[in-house]
Amino acid sequence: MKVEYRIYMGIGVFVLLITAVYFFWAKEYGGVTMLFGVAGLGIMPALYFGWWRKRMDPRPEDSETATIAESKGVIGAFPSNTIWPFVLGMGAFLSALSLVFGEWTLVIGGALLIFGAASVTLESRRGGVI
Amino acid sequence: MTIADERKDLSHDEGGHEHDHGGPKGIYLWLTSTDHKVIGKSYMYTSLVFMLIAGAMAMIIRAQLTGPNNHLVSQQTYNELFTIHGSMMLYLFAGPFAFGGFANYILPLQIGAPDMAFPRLNALSYWLFLTGGVTMLSGFFTSGGAAAFGWVSYAPLSSYSNAPGAGPDLWIVAIVLTGFSGIFTAVNLITTAFYLRAPGLTMFRLPIFTWNMIVTGMLILIAFPILTAAMIMLYADRHFGAHFFTVSGGGSPVMWQNLFWFFGHPEVYILALPYFGIVTEVIPVFSRKPVFGYKGLVFATLSIGALSTGVWAHHMFTTGTVLLPFFSALSLLIAVPTGVKVFTWIATMWGGDIEFKTPMLFVVGFLVTFVMGGVTGVMLAAPPIDFAVHDTYFVVAHFHQVLAGTAVFGGFSGFFYWYPKLTGRMYREGLGKLQFWMAFVGFSLTFFPQYIIGLRGMPRRVPVYLVSDHVTFLNQLSTVGAFLTGASFVVWLINMLISWKRPVAAGDNPWDGHTLEWATSSPPPHHNFVTLPPIRSARPLWDANHPEHADYKSPGHGVEFRDEEVNK
Repeated sequence: MKVEYRIYMGIGVFVLLITAVYFFWAKEYGGVTMLFGVAGLGIMPALYFGWWRKRMDPRPEDSETATIAESKGVIGAFPSNTIWPFVLGMGAFLSALSLVFGEWTLVIGGALLIFGAASVTLESRRGGVI
Repeated sequence: MTIADERKDLSHDEGGHEHDHGGPKGIYLWLTSTDHKVIGKSYMYTSLVFMLIAGAMAMIIRAQLTGPNNHLVSQQTYNELFTIHGSMMLYLFAGPFAFGGFANYILPLQIGAPDMAFPRLNALSYWLFLTGGVTMLSGFFTSGGAAAFGWVSYAPLSSYSNAPGAGPDLWIVAIVLTGFSGIFTAVNLITTAFYLRAPGLTMFRLPIFTWNMIVTGMLILIAFPILTAAMIMLYADRHFGAHFFTVSGGGSPVMWQNLFWFFGHPEVYILALPYFGIVTEVIPVFSRKPVFGYKGLVFATLSIGALSTGVWAHHMFTTGTVLLPFFSALSLLIAVPTGVKVFTWIATMWGGDIEFKTPMLFVVGFLVTFVMGGVTGVMLAAPPIDFAVHDTYFVVAHFHQVLAGTAVFGGFSGFFYWYPKLTGRMYREGLGKLQFWMAFVGFSLTFFPQYIIGLRGMPRRVPVYLVSDHVTFLNQLSTVGAFLTGASFVVWLINMLISWKRPVAAGDNPWDGHTLEWATSSPPPHHNFVTLPPIRSARPLWDANHPEHADYKSPGHGVEFRDEEVNK
């Protein structure tokens, strides 16, 4: 996790530096706000990775001498086929179209969105098709 | 189930190829699949269709500009055409083709993962991309026509009184939908690359393509939320009487430019970095050498990513409201890591056993076009030049050479390189080369005259010009070039059709590749791998296929291994 932590931290700290230079030189606060936000987008994930780095066991993918057989435990649950992302997508599409064509598409889209979101959550909890 | 068990299971299963999960077939498979390979291909083919549509719009634009005072299309239609041409090429082709298509398909294969980290999120992001594209195109079917304020939609052109009707709103919705699809894909790519690597594949052994996709993902997460926020403000201005960007209400139109370009400049690197990654995969394989300066390339990519957030206002020099020396200096600085990359690409080819197959030809085309666009970019980063040529055809020629140089030449290089992996079939080499030469000659003929057109003062986005402007002949040259480029895509379609109807089997590893995606069958089985070679360097498959020249034996590699240590 060390490299992952460092690349995020490096970008975050660099942008923080740029923010400081821009703040004192340009004295323009819109840009300072945006740059400061970007510095946060680097530093926040870095802190998360740094936190985990101290607490997780060394991983075979970080070891230069690991063998393929060393990967232990569950890699992850990979669902095979499920219709719910499509339902969710159509729900989001129709809901967004309501910004153009009025509320009636939100009725259909919102229903699909709630139905899809609930189903996709239940699918994960049950295991089911996954 | 562990990955080792899973691979054992698959090996009982005759390659896992015919391995039937009893799942759905046909169109229902396409609707329900969460396999990164199916989604990646859908992304790729969808974005290529969008490219052909946007390319057809470019042909109409060029036809309109063939003669002075031409009236092929009305001025309003012309505005709609260049707006949607730009928007589709940037939001729906160049970006999604790379980080939705190539990255989705190739990245898990390159790191030895069974799938992306969040397969259902991946599927959702494809549906948002597809519906976003459909939404953008549907603007043409509304009574007021599609959005007509340019792909940058500067205020006040995008206010409701200047751009009434449903078309501009559809454009806003389309951008928000594709923006979310990009954010989801970026989260997926970064998580996959950080958590699903094969044992022994440390970060500094990742293929450069994967590295570039990580940095692209980070940039997407920085840039797209700002764009989405700006779109919401624009919508509020248009419909809820907000005054973010209207002077009359105390807002600031330049604020739109700040927000847009704070997204827009990282976006340029979001479009370029994946193709840099593709090029870095193709060059070593066809030069039969390891990539020169691996760590230099990684750090160059990271510094391009970091610097790209601090250069947004170089698009706004002529507004007179930005700190010229700061933005000029940072923009010029970006040329340094980019130069490092070009240097390492050439150094990788240097002294190599170069084989000019179609992918490699496209790489050379990319290098020429991109360096030309990059050099004029350095010129434009100097405010005195920018003040003179801002919003002229000089800028148009510059960004077409940069963006189309990467997305078309880099993209087709990758397409032909990985086509055998995607389909298990081989394309026709002769037709591929013909396509390259038509595209390269046509493309250069289109855009070199445009530099001179720009220097003679022709502004961009105008449908007509005068005989006395002395740009008629140059515009005609440019149009001829554009139609030649357009014809090259017909050659590509013919190539695809022939290879589909009369397939020639490609084999699993036709190019003697270096990275893990060539270690599996073509096309890969469900969950990708039956066996993995031991990973002891950045070129695991090369090491396995050429043990006498393996990278881990070379002095200065860091960790030295003996063969028995590797193969245990």
